[in-house]
Amino acid sequence: MPIIINGREVPVPADARVSLLDFVREHLELYGTKKGCNQGACGACTVLVDGERILSCLALAVQYDGREVTTVEGLASDGALHPLQQAFIDHDGFQCGYCTPGQICSAVGMAEEVARGVPSHVTDDLGAGEIPLSQDELRERMSGNLCRCGAYNGIVDAIAEVFAGSGA
Amino acid sequence: MIELAYTRATDASDAIRRAEGENAKYLGGGTNLVDLMRETVEVPSALVDVTRLWDEIQETDDGGLMIGAAARNTAVAEHPAVRAHYPMLTRAIVAGASAQIRNMATVGGNLLQRTRCTYFYDTDGSRCNKRSPGEGCDAIEGFNRSHAILGASPACVATHPSDMCVALAALDAVVHLRSASGERTVALCDLHTLPGDRPDVETVLAPGELITAVQLPPSNLAARSTYRKVRDRASYAFALVSVAAAIELNGGAIADVRLALGGVAPKPWRAWRAEEALRGGPATEASFLEAADAELADARPLAGNAFKVDLARRTLVAVLQQLTEGARR
Repeated sequence: MPIIINGREVPVPADARVSLLDFVREHLELYGTKKGCNQGACGACTVLVDGERILSCLALAVQYDGREVTTVEGLASDGALHPLQQAFIDHDGFQCGYCTPGQICSAVGMAEEVARGVPSHVTDDLGAGEIPLSQDELRERMSGNLCRCGAYNGIVDAIAEVFAGSGA
Repeated sequence: MIELAYTRATDASDAIRRAEGENAKYLGGGTNLVDLMRETVEVPSALVDVTRLWDEIQETDDGGLMIGAAARNTAVAEHPAVRAHYPMLTRAIVAGASAQIRNMATVGGNLLQRTRCTYFYDTDGSRCNKRSPGEGCDAIEGFNRSHAILGASPACVATHPSDMCVALAALDAVVHLRSASGERTVALCDLHTLPGDRPDVETVLAPGELITAVQLPPSNLAARSTYRKVRDRASYAFALVSVAAAIELNGGAIADVRLALGGVAPKPWRAWRAEEALRGGPATEASFLEAADAELADARPLAGNAFKVDLARRTLVAVLQQLTEGARR
């Protein structure tokens, strides 16, 4: 079975060692997804698989046949930016931009987890069906994405505007 | 070039068959193994993908839970029965790694993840008895701030990195195993071995043996339980010290208690001595301190991690106070 990447079916690589990250960048020339640490410590390579955020640097591409992978290139539709992409621009949610694609894919996956009621490390009540996306919740849930420029305040504002219904 | 075969197992017996006769590794979410392969710490010739094996979470007839080894960490943490009846397990899982990694990592893989000792990963520059038995250990005289204070040996002072396993140890979890010769179960507390003079051996698993499920027995006290993790930053870091605790009071006395420590030992550390000291006694700060001291009496800190003894003592006491004061977390 092929992998579906941003809606396009592509055959899995023959070499099992190819990470999903190297596959999208080097084989498919989708350079939006970034290689930061390449060891699961920075989040720059975050992509969505069937809507869930994962680290593509720790994923072997052969494991993902039949799955729908969305990279940052797949978030915009017909040239129109995803609302979160626009919010990152509006709130200066980046400086160098290297972590940005991972931040944006991660936040889209995070919003789905919050909607599903997945608890986090800072969730007080594990029985709560609905978990409001407070500043603490947002920061904890995005803690897997590092920004060495320190654009965190803008990142939080951008995500809060789109997914918490406020400019925070 | 190093050849690497990849196949995907359709069920447990298929996985076991595929792994026979080769230098094969079972592959779960890949969050540790892929990294270890990249660093050439692990050099398998074949990978058997077990992520499409049993991954459900089912309530058992006795009121416990059976968790498929292929269940993702997030799926366990968010499961309503885990949240309601075993809150320390949800709290332990969401204290570990990042959301992206928890979405990938399987339960079976979490149990078998390897230490994050940096000398273990440094194949070019460091000696490591776990990686190359008999070579020596550069951590014992090196930067050992994050290393073990309990259960270590002159050969190895690495810690087990899992948060989830600490909760599973406290919950008396049972690990279901399968191999070509049949099925068996092992208590989570007996799954991992202490390093002794063979730190390269980390579990009681036989070659090719596969973890198929983790069973949680029913528990009267786990509903009042929690997990506290102390680390260098607020999130996304391995534990310096962690405590999984469950307690049941009868009046002012401790009817029953479960305690386990993380970040301090080569395996998830069930605090049997502290439990023994507490059971039947008063739920007071003095008795909590006494229990912590009983558990830590054998602590052998290294040059860089003596702080862990005090930190473990204080964290254990604080968690017991929190639970007995009825606070939620």
